[in-house]
Amino acid sequence: MSNLQAAEDLSSNLFQIPALETFRENLDNNGLDLSRTHCTTLQVNVGMLCNQSCKHCHLDAGPSRKEIMSEKTMTDVLELAARFNFQTIDITGGAPEMNPHIQTLISELAPLCKTLILRSNLTAIAEKKQEPLLQLLSDKKVTIVASLPSFNEAQSETQRGKNSFATSITTLKKLNSLGYGLPDTGLELNLVSNPTGAFLPSSQEQTEKRFRQMLARKWGLSFNNLYTFANVPLGRFLTWLKNTGNLEDYVLKLAANFNSCSLDGLMCRSLISVSWDGYLFDCDFNQALNLYMGGRKKHISDLHVLPGPHDSIAVSEHCYTCTAGSGFT
Amino acid sequence: METYYKPKDLPKFAEISEGAPELAQKFFDYYTAVFTEGELTQREKSLIALAVAHAVQCPYCIDAYTQDCLEKGSNVSEMTEAIHVATAIRGGASLVHGVQMRNVAGKISL
Repeated sequence: MSNLQAAEDLSSNLFQIPALETFRENLDNNGLDLSRTHCTTLQVNVGMLCNQSCKHCHLDAGPSRKEIMSEKTMTDVLELAARFNFQTIDITGGAPEMNPHIQTLISELAPLCKTLILRSNLTAIAEKKQEPLLQLLSDKKVTIVASLPSFNEAQSETQRGKNSFATSITTLKKLNSLGYGLPDTGLELNLVSNPTGAFLPSSQEQTEKRFRQMLARKWGLSFNNLYTFANVPLGRFLTWLKNTGNLEDYVLKLAANFNSCSLDGLMCRSLISVSWDGYLFDCDFNQALNLYMGGRKKHISDLHVLPGPHDSIAVSEHCYTCTAGSGFT
Repeated sequence: METYYKPKDLPKFAEISEGAPELAQKFFDYYTAVFTEGELTQREKSLIALAVAHAVQCPYCIDAYTQDCLEKGSNVSEMTEAIHVATAIRGGASLVHGVQMRNVAGKISL
């Protein structure tokens, strides 16, 4: 069986919900195409190790995970980044700060793209030993995308764990003191708010407005942009949905909110995602399913040409997350 | 019938149109207009709806507006405070009628 066939078989059975049309059927029945455009973004997952065990994590990242990107694979990533002209390189995890080679990776990737992003949970970077990393991020003008589901402590900690909230606020204050999130510094601080349960995210515009008011009023904090994303029913979040009897209603709600207008802006159309061990995916979520880029298993060291316009994208029912409402970019 | 209220009945609400379609149309148009963003945000309107749902003790409305409040960005603390507002008014409405009790008692007492 080819990898593509395996991916399609997997997609037809992902959640075992009889009332759910597969994502592929949904596209076909509506005459919609989801294929690639020009590849502009390289996303690098440097490992599953994380200091937190967030309940919504699609990769089941946590303190006991051992999978982290090696120096060898990082060299392959750097070679790829040097060969192709990516506008954006996006470093994620786990907690990327916990990879012991992260400072080298950041230093060497920064000159190779217009925008370098580090995704942070705001607590892994809070440790004293991470101060040189904070300074490096600031010096290289790395954009920080930080998780903050709510400005309510109890609600935030139901998702991210005990004592995570106060530390996150302290880190945000430190980032502001470095110039992050402030006008005219060139240091961009963006927040991500995921729902704290099996429900859809609120309007991005309204949520950003409210966070801006509340974070400023309560803690004097500033940030640039806020993004709201629905939780993807994979990994630890999928386990929680199953254990609490929420899976069917949640997935059907995502599918009922399918918005064909969201397809054009989906990140999988213009991004390649590299896993900690160097394999290629259409997005970070597909890593949780071993759903390889275009349905074929390929290592970064074997990538000689970037995927381009009209190339296929591996999909499954979790893709309903990114097409619900205003979409996921 | 094992229970009068079934969660799966909520999506059937629109079927009420079958009895009196013109009236239902007017109601649903009005309902949609009420919850559209105006001087109040949709989040604020949803919190009011949740509080009223508790005052009128409608299980369908409580289910629907709990989910809606969360999806509009409210948190459980805010939602609980909203319910306390409904409770205070509902309790206060009983207690303030004590003035009538006192009026009547005052009139007929020595």
